[in-house]
Amino acid sequence: MRDPGLYDYLPYDQRPQIRWPGGARVAFWVAPNIEFYEIDPPRNPARAAWARPTPDVLNYSYRDYGNRAGFMRLFEAMRRCNMRGSVSLNVAVCEHHPEVISACADAGWEFYSHGTYNTRYLMGMTEAQERRVIQDSIDTIHKHTGQKLDGWLAPALTYTDNTLDLVAEMGLAYVCDLFHDDQPGPVKVKKGRLTSVPYSLEMNDVIVYNVNLVSPRRYADILKRQFDRLYAEGEHSGTVMCIPLHPYLVGQPYRMAAFEEALSYITGHEGVWLATGREIAQHFNDHSYDAFAAASQPVGEAP
Amino acid sequence: MTIPDDYLQYAQRRYGMDHDRYDWSMLSDRKPVTWPNGARVALWVVPALEWFPLDMQGKPFKPPGAMQTAYPDLRHYTLRDYGNRVGIFRIMQALERHGIRASVAVNAAVAIRYPSLLKACVARHWEVIANGQDMDNLHHGGLARETEKALVANTLQTLRAASGQPVRGWLSPAKSESAATLDLLREAGVDYVCDWVNDDMPYPMRAAGGTLHAMPHPVDIDDYTILVQNHHTEDDFRDQLCDQFDVLYRESQTQGGRVMAISLHPWVIGQPYRIRALEEALAHVMGHAGVWAATGSEILDAWTAAQPS
Repeated sequence: MRDPGLYDYLPYDQRPQIRWPGGARVAFWVAPNIEFYEIDPPRNPARAAWARPTPDVLNYSYRDYGNRAGFMRLFEAMRRCNMRGSVSLNVAVCEHHPEVISACADAGWEFYSHGTYNTRYLMGMTEAQERRVIQDSIDTIHKHTGQKLDGWLAPALTYTDNTLDLVAEMGLAYVCDLFHDDQPGPVKVKKGRLTSVPYSLEMNDVIVYNVNLVSPRRYADILKRQFDRLYAEGEHSGTVMCIPLHPYLVGQPYRMAAFEEALSYITGHEGVWLATGREIAQHFNDHSYDAFAAASQPVGEAP
Repeated sequence: MTIPDDYLQYAQRRYGMDHDRYDWSMLSDRKPVTWPNGARVALWVVPALEWFPLDMQGKPFKPPGAMQTAYPDLRHYTLRDYGNRVGIFRIMQALERHGIRASVAVNAAVAIRYPSLLKACVARHWEVIANGQDMDNLHHGGLARETEKALVANTLQTLRAASGQPVRGWLSPAKSESAATLDLLREAGVDYVCDWVNDDMPYPMRAAGGTLHAMPHPVDIDDYTILVQNHHTEDDFRDQLCDQFDVLYRESQTQGGRVMAISLHPWVIGQPYRIRALEEALAHVMGHAGVWAATGSEILDAWTAAQPS
């Protein structure tokens, strides 16, 4: 297909007003990606897991740094800022590193699914196979945390044409895979009701550090600039700001202090709703989803 | 494109790691370590003396710093050699100001080609650690075990003879290993390896001949990554080193001793316009009480002595 057909058009200046709880201007959420990369996974025909021949000691151990060292550094910084996380979870971490899971669960963090491993990709899967992956996430998160799985970010951002239809049909409420907006919005799926919650690649430390190669202090500046504008616009209608993180990147000592300074700046403002992905999706569903759907404009068929 | 059903089976899905080389543990959960004289941060400076052959093959991949243009790539060949002729001496001077002894990671080819350079390191009581044969002899899964074994043996023999030191540490060129590298290193008497970037403290690894240790030797905050790959300024590099130290120093107050490793490439940081970044960062670090500048072997021995028996 040429157009995934996942949403109608809804221009930024012609929308129903979003009112966040307590009159907040910005719904702010932080999404640490807690991941497990396998040292020698089976090969997906469309993508190799590692850049170097097996064993890719350097890249494997770099990711492992996140769980061994970076996570707790990030966790403590977020605790100091009174910020709960919404964990984008490779669910096999529940088995590999239950200590990480219980620290998050005890702090009241949300868990949503980022697939089973970050080295198992969805593309090429049949519908039945993809259902098994989603069911594995639902079951594993419930078994280890007691939480109902509500959110989805596809593992390593890999998809089939069915992915969003399946997560909606299987009872999930929101997805983080769409980057078309600064506010939540309805996703057009075959069955069920699905909301897109803004996640952001621009604020994602993988893009910032591994693709754009910026310095830690510059990253803090980027985060503050993003927040300042969304905060100003949120006076008229609520906006969403997400910081997607990876403990192996942001949790490096030389990056931690600048990040914490930016986090403290954001969470120190009045009128910021310190939320989780689930809370944002639910509030939007309850108060704005129908109005947004009704105001949306059908997309014309391109020649 | 179809995916076989066993793609959804996970044989290693279990507690801990998906391999047996080391145990899973969180840095924050471990027993705090105190360094000699109550120091909080062990500063470990690791310059690398590298030789990139002009006709390098870059197999199975090009290491950072490899030749780039059509043969003969004189510009990159000579710029890498700049580090061995000029840059390293600026690093020596910067370290001497604070009485810091480095662990210098040496390609065996450098010891053979420039014996006086190795002598200059030894005369400064630096620790010599092995950095493989040269930058075109990578350790990787495609090597026959006997080939790799000979590579390890020849490298260590050259460096041990040239330095008169036991050569207890190993940094693989480009931090690349085969599945057998750790076993071969342990059998050859290597005590620690610098290829794994998953921790801020030493930790034990399992090898066929016994235990060896991973030392924390980062890749993403070294001079090559920050200055050459990321194109950050010299002041940015200094700030990142200072920020690294400050966070580790603060952490050491509640979690026990930490290691701050600084990985350097003399052809990068040894340029006249860059060296001051290192000097300023070292002045910041060494200006704090409770900083212990040490070699890798000294840090590992102190760490080992502090472990519960």
